[in-house]
Amino acid sequence: MPLISFTDKGLYCEAGQFYIDPWQPVDKAVITHAHSDHARPGSQSYLCHRETLPLLKLRLGPYNYQIVEWNEKIYLNEVMVSLNPAGHIIGSSQVRIEHKGEVWVVSGDYKTEPDGISGDFEPIPCQTFISESTFGLPIYNWKPQHEIYHDIQNWVRSNEVAGKTSVLIGYSLGKAQRILHALEEVTGNIYVHGAIWNVHETLVQAGHKLPAVQRITPDTPKEAFKGSVVIAPPSADGSAWMRRFANHSTGICSGWMQVRGNQRRRNADAGFALSDHADWQGLLQAVKATGAQKVYITHGFQSVFSRYLNEIGIDASEVKTEFGTEDEETSSPDPLKGEEPIY
Amino acid sequence: MEGFASLLFTLGTSTKTNDKLHALSTYFAHADEKDKVWVIALFSGRRPRRTVSGTQLAVWCCELVDLPIWLFQECYHTVGDLSETIALLIPEKNDSYTPSIGGGPGATHPLHYYVEQFQQLEKATESEKKAFILQSWLELSSRERFVFNKLLSGTFRVGVSQKLMVNALARTVQLEPSVIAHRISGNWDPATTAFEQLLSEQSTQTDHSKPYPFYLAYALEGPLQDLGEPADWQAEWKWDGIRGQIIKRNDQLFVWSRGEDLITDKFPEYTILQSKLENGTVIDGEILPYKDGQVLNFNVLQTRIGRKNITKKNLQEAPVGLFAYDLLELNGEDIRHWALAERRAALETLVNSLQLPWLQLSPIVTFSNWEELTTIREQSRNLNSEGLMLKRSASAYQVGRKRGDWWKWKIDPLTIDAVMVYAQKGTGRRSNLYTDYTFAVKDGDKLVPFTKAYSGLTDKEFAQVDSFVKKNSLEKFGPVRTVKPELVFEIAFEGIAASNRHKSGVALRFPRISRWRTDKLPNDINTLEDLKRMLELYGK
Repeated sequence: MPLISFTDKGLYCEAGQFYIDPWQPVDKAVITHAHSDHARPGSQSYLCHRETLPLLKLRLGPYNYQIVEWNEKIYLNEVMVSLNPAGHIIGSSQVRIEHKGEVWVVSGDYKTEPDGISGDFEPIPCQTFISESTFGLPIYNWKPQHEIYHDIQNWVRSNEVAGKTSVLIGYSLGKAQRILHALEEVTGNIYVHGAIWNVHETLVQAGHKLPAVQRITPDTPKEAFKGSVVIAPPSADGSAWMRRFANHSTGICSGWMQVRGNQRRRNADAGFALSDHADWQGLLQAVKATGAQKVYITHGFQSVFSRYLNEIGIDASEVKTEFGTEDEETSSPDPLKGEEPIY
Repeated sequence: MEGFASLLFTLGTSTKTNDKLHALSTYFAHADEKDKVWVIALFSGRRPRRTVSGTQLAVWCCELVDLPIWLFQECYHTVGDLSETIALLIPEKNDSYTPSIGGGPGATHPLHYYVEQFQQLEKATESEKKAFILQSWLELSSRERFVFNKLLSGTFRVGVSQKLMVNALARTVQLEPSVIAHRISGNWDPATTAFEQLLSEQSTQTDHSKPYPFYLAYALEGPLQDLGEPADWQAEWKWDGIRGQIIKRNDQLFVWSRGEDLITDKFPEYTILQSKLENGTVIDGEILPYKDGQVLNFNVLQTRIGRKNITKKNLQEAPVGLFAYDLLELNGEDIRHWALAERRAALETLVNSLQLPWLQLSPIVTFSNWEELTTIREQSRNLNSEGLMLKRSASAYQVGRKRGDWWKWKIDPLTIDAVMVYAQKGTGRRSNLYTDYTFAVKDGDKLVPFTKAYSGLTDKEFAQVDSFVKKNSLEKFGPVRTVKPELVFEIAFEGIAASNRHKSGVALRFPRISRWRTDKLPNDINTLEDLKRMLELYGK
């Protein structure tokens, strides 16, 4: 029996009797991070990193939660488990599992470039590595974060000069906080959508230092948006909610914006390839750094990425999961739609 | 190159005409003189000739970045554009980050340098080509590299009309747009023409081949009655051929297509006009397949288009005529400002005097009231015409597409219900979405594919079909998926012709999806018999 098997409920460690990011309710769930395709409701108990806890409570409600610090070793039925930073969003972790000298690591979602808020990704030596592959094509190579921030800042400034409201579209948990950091230098006049406000408040109460923002409500006067910057989730883009902004320009922040077609299809005025996932080089480096003899590739471009790894001498197989919603056919889903409730 | 790449980026992302106009006129106000000439050339469809194939570019790119070709192809299918795929695969220069404006250190060569190098490449060896291209890829930024590849591979297109470019130019050079449109038309080489020279009055005097900008019509927008008195209007059939201009000046004959390609050599039939026409004569007309007094199906003409050399056999199998619409120049005088009725009278005198069987006046359709004209229009398809043209008798010959005096009134397209059987991902704006479909009709219990269609659905419908394709793929042939034959669409098209290159035996003209028949099942679609009946009726 391998240490982790791929079951219809999710990644299962039989020796430790727990699941990692299961997509059906189980007894014991170890959670990598608080995004909804990794953290689902209904399980008896959850284990996660301390910083993930308030986000899980926000998203799942009250459950039996257990928290750990990064690199803190705990035992679940003879199996040693620890969480290590994955650099994806606040609290996001890789799961390291050790049993009888064998070490497996489940990456969850990860980003190799430090972003200053999510914790820095740590490569962990292991025999078997299970990696995501959301951007597992060599066309996805991100510019350094400070350059993208610079692009966003310039765009915001030029909108300001043209008397336009800048509306930045980004996922409420993860992307929105990075956008805030990018904006910190250029403006203090920031409004946010309710979905982003909820996450923001949760993080601030948990002690994270984030720039001050104002929540948009039905009562916010339209004139208030003049010369301001607005952050809204993807579900708001193109919806009636946007009608409150008179003269505005829309910029989408997502790794998919790397490809012009996506940007044009979304009819955005600007696209910033700001991603919370590792790019092609990041994925390759991460896989190599583990020194793993066997690699399993999950959600994203799993067939392409695993074929390439095999060609460069790394034994890799693709695994179907219910992370993301994609298969080989829908290699780049529209990650900007849905998922997020409108408040 | 950065200035030009940045201009294209702005044009590509702005959704308002005014923003585009502003971006272009700002560019014209500041750009390098030689670059401006190239921008005028590129924006009026004068693309550099392709000197390397897409495959060569793909292979060289893979060598440069050390990736297998299959991985390149995977990337290509996701991006949907070869130039962009290469632009993304090559890593950015390691220079410290420089903001994208201005020509500081690390600035690349100007636009005209690269385009003129492309012309040199025509005579270069493969290894010389490769060396130049790899070097350029490495020195350019990703955005510039994209534009470079577009120009290099002959796939440069810009979503900006020539009219908009001319209007932007007019803002910076103090000339009327119609004057500019004329001066930049015709035969000039951007590599040897200076900006001042191109826009000077001389350019129309020294270039004898220069055509006038074509006057184009919009589709009729309201009821006929809104046009007023029938007596004020001249009606003609709308012919489906190649709109062209025949020019005789300085003892030379020139034939221009509407796309401003010089096509004199393609129509040796017209050579006799060189001796028959007076110098200083310009005729606007339609080049049509024509035999024994009959206009033939457009498909006949297609066998001659795109051929380098016209053989005797082509001339016999696809004879052409010319239907004269208008007279633009007479005895060296530009008469476009005359009223249509006066120009027509002069045209009739000219054509009648020539007595050439293949040179015909485009017949005037006589009618006394709008109801009568509506009835007459129904015969269009039998005459191999696309409908009617309505021209105000008092109208001048204007520049470009204008509303008001000329209208086209096309007949409704033919339609057929068909089921989708194959799907492929689109390109550009539709990259990574299944938007290119092949359709089939029934033949007994078999399905026979007969056409592709790429347009006609809304973005939302495309998204729904895309999701259907992803869930219902049966087989994969490269980028093509065979799909469960379940979705029924109505396909509209302008014409039908026999074809031995297609399994179905027919080729359609301008096929597109007219609507998604969610109310129909695959069993309700049309049959091959139905298509053949249409061919019988309209395919001659």
